[in-house]
Amino acid sequence: MQAFDYARPHSLAEALKLLSTDRDAAVVLAGGTDLLSLMKDNVIAPKRLVSLKSIEELHRVEHNAHGLRLGALVTLDTLSTHPVIAQHYPGLAEAALGVSSPQIRNMGTVGGDLCQRPRCWYFRGGYGLLALDQGKALVPDGDNRYHAILGNHGPAYFVNPSSLAPILMALDAKVRVQGPKTSREVPVAEFFRTPTSATEYENVVAANEIVTEVLIPAPAAGSHQAVYEVRQKEALDWPLAAAAVHVHLAGNKVTTARIVLGHVAPTPWRAEAAEQMLVGKAVNEDVATAVGRAAVMGASPLSRNAYKVQLARVAVKRALLRATGQLAVPKA
Amino acid sequence: MAKNKNGSGFSRRKFLKGVGVGTGALSAGLLSPAETLSHAGGALAFGTPQGPGAVPITLHINGQAHRLSVEPRVTLLDALRMDLEITGAKRVCDRGTCGACSMLLDGKVIYGCSMLAIDAQGHEITTVEGLSHNGRPHPLMTAFVAHDGQQCGFCTPGFIVASKAFLDRTPHPTREQVNHGLGGNLCRCGTYHGIREAVLDVGNPTGKAKTGGQAHGAL
Repeated sequence: MQAFDYARPHSLAEALKLLSTDRDAAVVLAGGTDLLSLMKDNVIAPKRLVSLKSIEELHRVEHNAHGLRLGALVTLDTLSTHPVIAQHYPGLAEAALGVSSPQIRNMGTVGGDLCQRPRCWYFRGGYGLLALDQGKALVPDGDNRYHAILGNHGPAYFVNPSSLAPILMALDAKVRVQGPKTSREVPVAEFFRTPTSATEYENVVAANEIVTEVLIPAPAAGSHQAVYEVRQKEALDWPLAAAAVHVHLAGNKVTTARIVLGHVAPTPWRAEAAEQMLVGKAVNEDVATAVGRAAVMGASPLSRNAYKVQLARVAVKRALLRATGQLAVPKA
Repeated sequence: MAKNKNGSGFSRRKFLKGVGVGTGALSAGLLSPAETLSHAGGALAFGTPQGPGAVPITLHINGQAHRLSVEPRVTLLDALRMDLEITGAKRVCDRGTCGACSMLLDGKVIYGCSMLAIDAQGHEITTVEGLSHNGRPHPLMTAFVAHDGQQCGFCTPGFIVASKAFLDRTPHPTREQVNHGLGGNLCRCGTYHGIREAVLDVGNPTGKAKTGGQAHGAL
């Protein structure tokens, strides 16, 4: 790890002053679980880390009739154990529990989960988000078993690594991004982007901005939500495919549906055709199967990752069955 | 490991450190009293950047305050092992995956390799060394031995610490809860069966949870 200087400011205003428009100059430190690995591997070598942990407001969980407000430093452990979240936002609690290492849940934060860098082995090997070796794209001739199956027409082929983003997007959450002068609320659906050139980043947070909180509107009556992740092992691992489902039911019929896939595209992937198919229907296994199939329509596997199409299809089906109480949800 | 049987105070560890090229010259013992005192009790938060050279910090480990001087880039794990010679927590993957460096931060299990020492100030840190009292092993340690929960033993301190944090929150676990609750630690020897039995034994001393694969413990 390259040497750097370290600051631990008391306030957001102080923290913002310590940042710069240059990503190599200063980076924000939250839980550190991803950041320190990136620095040890020399993927990045910032000259300064700005620790946010002494900024009180970033640790807060607030809830009322309008919704839930999560400070960026709220840990995944808090998400998975907070009684209000378990009751009103169960999909969020499940998603946090899907990070199946207590150590990572205790350290990892809401903001860090959203801002962690892709796990793509080319990126981690120093070839950048677009996996370029002296201008040549490595992915087309490479081993792509963990790469995107949707939204993968280039030049980016990595998958979004966030555990929380699919369910947050399904819940219509927004991310507050604070800059030196103003703050803005960015819908999770617009928070991530697919880079089109080697100089672009995978989310909209500029180097001199800080993610300060996530705002989740209170689900209306009849809300049902769940996630389903497929991993190689039950213990700590990033999913190969994941799905988040948020539906409203009137009687047993679906009135609104949100279906978002994770780990299959450079951004969380909303499956709108599948959502439309679901509206007006009563969910049973046949419907869930058909909706799962619709969710991966248009998938275009690369070398060695066609298996992910099946995993994503099943993830949607099972998330939908979980959300509607037809498949058990594992407990902590 | 650190104590020689003949009591000379010479250890394999110190010897290896001594011959290392470029070993950091500053360690806890070399700080002048003035240097440590001038920073003692200082506010944890500061808007002025520190480093990149060595910075005086204070860590609270196993009930004791330790003053040392480390560069901001030094991880909590490395500060403990290299500067303070508290070597129970092991460095294996150094990437927050294997769990060998597990330690408690304010009672919660974390990976020491994934936190900066300078960022760990103001927290109470407990390593496997801090779980024994008056030379008596923690019940988990005894149970690990009784159930053959280790082979090479390198993952064991991390597993003991992770198991302690797990049982603090889930005092009477089921087998499934143990599997999930220790999901952040790896054993390459594959001693999971013994580890699982040891944790179930400590959590369910009457032996109820051991009799079957299904949930027995009170939730």
